[in-house]
Amino acid sequence: MSSTTVKHPGLNLGHAHGEAHEASEELVFGFWVFMMSDLILFGLLFATYVTMLGGTAGGPGPSELFELKSAFIETTLLLVSSFTFGMASLALKYRTDRKVLVAWLIITLLLGLAFLAHELYDFHKMFSEGGVPSRSGFLSAFFALVPLHGLHVTGASIWLIALLGQIAVHGLDTPTKTGLMRLAILWHFLDVVWVGIFSLVYLGGTA
Amino acid sequence: MSHRQLSDEEAREKAQELKTYLWGFGLAAVLTLIPFGLAVFTPIATATLYWVIGVCALIQIVVHFRFFLHITLSRNTREDLQLILFTVLILAIMVGGTIWILFNLYYRMMPSMVP
Repeated sequence: MSSTTVKHPGLNLGHAHGEAHEASEELVFGFWVFMMSDLILFGLLFATYVTMLGGTAGGPGPSELFELKSAFIETTLLLVSSFTFGMASLALKYRTDRKVLVAWLIITLLLGLAFLAHELYDFHKMFSEGGVPSRSGFLSAFFALVPLHGLHVTGASIWLIALLGQIAVHGLDTPTKTGLMRLAILWHFLDVVWVGIFSLVYLGGTA
Repeated sequence: MSHRQLSDEEAREKAQELKTYLWGFGLAAVLTLIPFGLAVFTPIATATLYWVIGVCALIQIVVHFRFFLHITLSRNTREDLQLILFTVLILAIMVGGTIWILFNLYYRMMPSMVP
């Protein structure tokens, strides 16, 4: 990044990408504005969750419902997927063979889908133990916060599949490149939110 | 957009940025393992554990922003830094205010809600 002008926060494509580098300034900055407003939304759901911790209404609480083992597996899947998306970003920026870029993206997608599958399995288990959203204020707050993150990961995965389709059909043109830049920010951002979730909800709940 | 040889400078930059991701991944992994390890394997006092979890989470969030999202204090233009700092300010006011007011209310009116 040393020799290129920095157009926006985060990884810049650099001059070698010409048009895409120029186009990314507004698009990526706009995406950062959206990301930050999303962060406020998550922050307030975290606050709601904390204020509802005592409101179990006699139903199952954090220590009965949460398992550290599955939280750890999900954390690992998401962290590794964040890293593999970073590798995809580097492959894009330094114009590595397109096969390498697509391979990293597919690995990232599979890790994201594995995370979602594991999370759904967790929710299923919680449901079978009586941990349904309508049971208590605590569970309502939990199911407002954690599945919203899961919904974001679902949306990001669909976007990733769409971008893989764009690469296949149009090749790496400017819209595809800037799309990958923005999805990278979303993907890393979702991992940041997950750090808050596993620390506050899972580790804090079972400690 | 052709697939071409990288110049020396680009190759250096690439190695540098790869190192950034590797460092970020390593640090994040360590900062994940510390709280999980302490929670599972040691009979540590709950209050201490809460502090460790909180501090590790805050450091890990900074690590993610620094190494994965490439936010540094020096290279960003002023607007970008202001955007992030303003978001932090709004979060501090709204989250801090929510927790302060509701727990004050619980303390006075619904002691059973205070964990």
